[in-house]
Amino acid sequence: MEVKRTKGVLKRIAGPVVTAVNLDAHMYDVVKVGDEQLMGEVIKIKGEDIIIQVYEDTSGIKPGEPVENTGLSLSVELGPGLLTSIYDGIQRPLEVLVEKMGNFIERGVTAPGLSHDKKWEFKPVKKAGDMVTPGTIIGEVQETNIVHKIMIPPYCDAGKIKDIKSGSFTIDEIVCTLDNGAEIAMMHKWPVRIPRPVTEKLNPDIPLITGQRILDGLFPVAKGGTAAIPGPFGSGKTVTQQALAKWSDAEIVVYIGCGERGNEMTEVLTEFPELEDPKTGRPLMERTVLIANTSNMPVAAREASVYTGITIAEYFRDMGYDVSLMADSTSRWAEAMREISSRLEEMPGEEGYPAYLAARLSEFYERAGRVNTLNKDFGSVTVIGAVSPPGGDFSEPVTQNTLRIVKCFWALDAKLSQRRHFPAINWLNSYSLYLDTLSQYYDENVSPEWNPLRTWAMEVLQKEAELQEIVQLVGSDALPDEEQVTIEVARMLREIFLQQNAFDPVDTYCDMTKQFDILKAIRFYSDQAYAALKAGVITSQITGLKAKNDLPQIKYVKEYKPEIERIVKTMESEFTKLREAA
Amino acid sequence: MKEYRTITQVAGPLVFVEKTEPVGYQELVNLVLADGSEKRGQVLDTSDDIVVVQVFETTTGIGKDTGVRFTGETIKMPVGKDMLGRILSGAGKPKDGGPDIVPEKRLEITGAAINPWARGSPRQFIQTGISTIDLTNTLVRGQKLPIFSGSGLPHNEIALQIARQAKVPGSDEQFAVVFAAMGITKEEENQFMAEFERTGALEHAVVFLNLADDPAVERIITPRLALTTAEYLAFELDYHVLVILTDMTNYCEALRQIGAAREEVPGRRGYPGYMYTDLASLYERAGIIKGKKGSVTQLSILTMPGDDITHPIPDLSGYITEGQIVVNRDLHRKGIYPPINVLPSLSRLMNLGIGKGFTREDHKKVSDQLYAGYAEGVDLRGLVAIVGKDALSERDRGFLEFAEMFENRFVRQGKDEDRTIEESLDLGWDLLKDIPEEQLVRIDRELIQKYHPKYRKKAE
Ligand SMILES: Nc1ncnc2c1ncn2[C@@H]1O[C@H](COP(=O)(O)OP(=O)(O)OP(=O)(O)O)[C@@H](O)[C@H]1O
Ligand SMILES: [Mg+2]
Repeated sequence: MEVKRTKGVLKRIAGPVVTAVNLDAHMYDVVKVGDEQLMGEVIKIKGEDIIIQVYEDTSGIKPGEPVENTGLSLSVELGPGLLTSIYDGIQRPLEVLVEKMGNFIERGVTAPGLSHDKKWEFKPVKKAGDMVTPGTIIGEVQETNIVHKIMIPPYCDAGKIKDIKSGSFTIDEIVCTLDNGAEIAMMHKWPVRIPRPVTEKLNPDIPLITGQRILDGLFPVAKGGTAAIPGPFGSGKTVTQQALAKWSDAEIVVYIGCGERGNEMTEVLTEFPELEDPKTGRPLMERTVLIANTSNMPVAAREASVYTGITIAEYFRDMGYDVSLMADSTSRWAEAMREISSRLEEMPGEEGYPAYLAARLSEFYERAGRVNTLNKDFGSVTVIGAVSPPGGDFSEPVTQNTLRIVKCFWALDAKLSQRRHFPAINWLNSYSLYLDTLSQYYDENVSPEWNPLRTWAMEVLQKEAELQEIVQLVGSDALPDEEQVTIEVARMLREIFLQQNAFDPVDTYCDMTKQFDILKAIRFYSDQAYAALKAGVITSQITGLKAKNDLPQIKYVKEYKPEIERIVKTMESEFTKLREAA
Repeated sequence: MKEYRTITQVAGPLVFVEKTEPVGYQELVNLVLADGSEKRGQVLDTSDDIVVVQVFETTTGIGKDTGVRFTGETIKMPVGKDMLGRILSGAGKPKDGGPDIVPEKRLEITGAAINPWARGSPRQFIQTGISTIDLTNTLVRGQKLPIFSGSGLPHNEIALQIARQAKVPGSDEQFAVVFAAMGITKEEENQFMAEFERTGALEHAVVFLNLADDPAVERIITPRLALTTAEYLAFELDYHVLVILTDMTNYCEALRQIGAAREEVPGRRGYPGYMYTDLASLYERAGIIKGKKGSVTQLSILTMPGDDITHPIPDLSGYITEGQIVVNRDLHRKGIYPPINVLPSLSRLMNLGIGKGFTREDHKKVSDQLYAGYAEGVDLRGLVAIVGKDALSERDRGFLEFAEMFENRFVRQGKDEDRTIEESLDLGWDLLKDIPEEQLVRIDRELIQKYHPKYRKKAE
């Protein structure tokens, strides 16, 4: 382009998509639209027409109003101040927006992602003369209980430190200069649509411990892995995502409320500061960044919210942290793409979604991973996306395209949620492709018995499903004794191990030891029960064993060890008595 | 104001106007017909060449001779305290023969989104006096909880019973009802109005009526007028407002009609791809705001086409609202009122508003246990149909019996029966006492010891 026309005019406005002319622009340039300078992004160029998605409501905007190209891409500010923040889809802090425009989100107000006045205590970890390369950690800031590591931005050239300071600075002040002339501040910007570079992607072989029995026990996700939670409305996607945000053993959590409810974000905002991280004892909020672009906020910003979130997650990964990112719901993101695409009058693909839906989804999940960072540390981003299929039908395009990419599939089932079996994750349809890579970890860190126990539990549940089909035809009393016992054991697995109440103060989180102890106790009952059958004990005495009725209560008890030992002992003596009587 | 006579095309509710000066997106438009009558519309698409206007009334009589005036502002609604007690049309004009509303303010009807940071968490229990709501699907102030029903089912009676009985125990704050009807029949209108007059509710109500024979496109603005009024009453005048929107299905049909007229690529079953976003712009207008006294609670009614909960209208609604109360035809046929099927029903905010210090400490667990028992009993009904009752184990027969009792004693209640939450809870326990105690796995021992009738009798 020869003459740089940075100022053009609006030609057409139809919802969140507007057209400008007499403007030079590149794809994804950020532009200011109209007299009110609403923020927008170039999403299509067609001859003279520059087509722009606008991140704010366009009501009242007229053809002829000016459009200005900033020449920059949509970027986020990365530096101290991210933690505990809540942003809209384009990193405007919601708290600042309330100060600037009150309780409702009006338009035309800009607010930077980070405070540019606040001073942070910068402690250098490198000194003058040290060689640094992109990604090198040069200093630290104690942001919350989390240490925020200040890195040489990925786009900088390598060089030698000429001067590095120590003390209290704003995020814009230069804390380090290099011999090549580069000046480093605590903040840098990064374009959200471009993944941040790493040295190398590694194989995820450490589990993300979630404290959720069905996930850790049956369908674990790895740190740096990907998982999808599809399910009809009200089946438990948000509750599960929030449980993971609360209890998973990530060091940093990025939670994106993408096109969902306002009250759900409020819930996180009120709860998280009061809940303790089981690992550090600090308020959960201190390790959390929230992005809230609710269903009634502009769709274009909803589209961007997912990128804003993952870029922030990658940034903390680059410091060597294990980050987990929840996106609730990726379907609303896909719908935002569809809405914008249809306004562009693009050729629709399946169910009106744009043809590039699959590509966008896989690019997004590709940004997950366990990596060797530029600084040669280990870091990871685990991505867990909720999917909201219309009518709960998993054959629709977003679910199907997601399934092709992610390695864990936690299928929520309305049949289970309707009878209040929570988490309503269907144990027959769900899967994790990380089982093999993680098995060594369990052997070494939980118990060598863990993997076989898991396999056993899955087998019992599968067997139960087959038996249930028969029961549906003949009734349960018609089953042979052995199979009646199987049904009883499966019931115990479902009611005691799989069911977990996210709202019970104790049961909401269950560590691996407790999970293991519960499984072992059920297995103990099972082994004893079959032995008793062989010894001639009648089935109803086995299934009616008194002591096992106390087992479900274990879930609600924090110091459960003495109690579970007592129950196992009592079961044993009851069984002994039964066998002797037989 | 300049008047254009440059209409080039009229298609369904849409009018295309040429050669205008720059016109703003979403601007309010007045159309002056040859006979002098006026119609209103709104700009859907604006460019140098052509402006597309969506007309809120029928386009009958609109032609090339129609004058088009662009007002230069988006649609605003005059609001004021004297709206209470008034009956307005679906377009906000007085319909009760009274004077025009004296505006204290003129508010944008699209309504900006509440900043999530500014929201307070809804946790104040509203007692509706209906057990299947209070105990198992608790409504709280600031919640949006719709009724999913089917044609011919008594959803109106339920909505009216809720409107009549709803109270926050121990509070006497000022409340108001905003009622917006979209495409309901004259008969339904009479039912609502008679009830409002009988109970004196009209004094505290603002009524918007768009009836079945009123223009369908007007239904696009009716709920927005109602919600703007509700927000004004709640957040500027400190009222606790209950908004009843009925029937959302008619609203969605109007949305589909406009989409079709614009020749948009339709989404599922012909509804526009943006219906989720559009519905969210209504349903999300509920809640409470930190530091404000009032609240907006939404109780919308929708009829599920073909009783199908996976139909896009209930489906997209369920994805936005904070639960749903599902009215069921089988229960209705059995003569049970209110025929609420608790299994697919849900209140997502219930956990916040119940338990110790709110209702009673055993609330959540009793609810879970009732659900589990009823679900099991209902499942067994299917089995009984095949193998007969005799093939069931004793345990199973117990649950079968429980399901019957649950429907007949817990679900069923009178149209004027106003149960307190304690009564509902005790009723729940009374049903649970027939299940062997060790099968009450959803309830902790402690609570069983405290509330199970067996132990309570002993204690007394
Ligand atoms: N683990 C759990 N423990 C207890 N209750 C649960 C659990 N999971 C879900 N629930 C119940 O199910 C309700 C609905 O869950 P949730 O809001 O997560 O659904 P969702 O799948 O996100 O729905 P939507 O798609 O409409 O957002 C919750 O309000 C809660 O009552
Ligand atoms: Mg959800």
